[in-house]
Amino acid sequence: MKFTTSAFVAACALASGADAFATPQKNAFVPRTSTALNMAFELPPLPYDKNALEPYISAETLDFHHGKHHQTYVTKLNGLVPGTEFEDKSLEEIIKTSTGGVFNNAAQVWNHTFYWHCLAPNGGGQPTGAVADAIEANFGSFDEFKAKFTEAAVNNFGSGWTWLVKKSDGSLDIVNTSNAETPISSDDATPLLTMDVWEHAYYIDYRNVRPDYAKAFWKLVNWDFVARNMY
Amino acid sequence: AAANLRSSALPDKVAKSAAAYLSAAPSGGKHELPDLPYDYAALEPVVSAETMELHHSKHHNTYVTNLNASLEKLDAAVSAGDVSGIIALQGALKFNGGGHVNHTLFWENLAAPEAFKAPTDGALGDMIKCCFGDFDKMKAELSAQTIAVQGSGWGWLGYNPKTGAIEGATCANQDPLQATTGLVPLAGIDVWEHAYYVDYRNVRPNYVNAIWDIINWDVVEARLLAAQKAAGKI
Repeated sequence: MKFTTSAFVAACALASGADAFATPQKNAFVPRTSTALNMAFELPPLPYDKNALEPYISAETLDFHHGKHHQTYVTKLNGLVPGTEFEDKSLEEIIKTSTGGVFNNAAQVWNHTFYWHCLAPNGGGQPTGAVADAIEANFGSFDEFKAKFTEAAVNNFGSGWTWLVKKSDGSLDIVNTSNAETPISSDDATPLLTMDVWEHAYYIDYRNVRPDYAKAFWKLVNWDFVARNMY
Repeated sequence: AAANLRSSALPDKVAKSAAAYLSAAPSGGKHELPDLPYDYAALEPVVSAETMELHHSKHHNTYVTNLNASLEKLDAAVSAGDVSGIIALQGALKFNGGGHVNHTLFWENLAAPEAFKAPTDGALGDMIKCCFGDFDKMKAELSAQTIAVQGSGWGWLGYNPKTGAIEGATCANQDPLQATTGLVPLAGIDVWEHAYYVDYRNVRPNYVNAIWDIINWDVVEARLLAAQKAAGKI
């Protein structure tokens, strides 16, 4: 069974205060507070202050997006899991083995945590090193990649996510998912970067103008996190 | 005649002007954003003027624009006999065509709060009692289904032409009710986040519970009667 990329898990450990490059814990994406049975999932804290992404994403958006939407997925998941086959499973195990309400909430918990780490107050600009090389190899240039990703995001109809993934053959691909769908359901794709295109991600700051939200997203991308996800 | 006009055996120029002529005909002509039957502020305090203006002049307008663009591409693909091209357009036609159909129905089934009249008698009132027990039970059942829509979509009150009953239903994204389920749309409730985020933020239940007070039940009844007639039930 494939688990979260070790770098991503490490990033979440960082969010809860541990050393970012400590040995990753295989099952600890959103750590339960203990290994005792029936312990609930917790909403991981944002990796930055609520106003840290302004003016691109407002504090109000983060208040609602993290404090209400993401929190609700955690709360609902905790209401659905006890007393079921999912009780002692990690978040990723649950995502890979569930459907319906359990899947929707579990996947959205995962997707949002991944998304927060894709953004950073000192983010944006262009990637360097291995990420830059891979983007150039797969898309021709950074600008071509950015245009293609933006086009996919703007044309992702309804609620969903736009992803940069690494396939098992090492190639990179841009993938749209709907609603709660996530690339980690497949063993073939490792998520590197995501943009939430549910309307709640941008409606407070950009109303209907998703292309403007996309412009803001590029000012925030945490390329260090993307780099760590490559391995 | 249409098939002949689109034959690839015709000279290119003739085929193109024929297609253009057909496109200009009412059945295939350019779609337009309908005017609202009320001012943007008319549905306050349930739905704000700001939401109505965004929802109508931006969101719905975009569906109309993109529907027209997709229909032009469809014309070209049909004229060229490009079956792959025709099939590739299906998603855009469903999104934008569905978006246009759904929103047009939606504006018509809303009315100012002052105009509210509960559907307790007449054909609609009787049908509600018959199928749901009473108006409150209908609202409770439809609210629960509509609130539970995953992601973007719509809640509907629909007429079932086979059973002659009315029932609640939901559809994802802009999937149109009748084409998707066979139910005739009587009243729609948009639960895409853009429909309520300005006024209710994440609290979809507050929006859905409030919108019952601005449904235009006269329009709903007229649709019911038309659907019953079309189904041969009256």
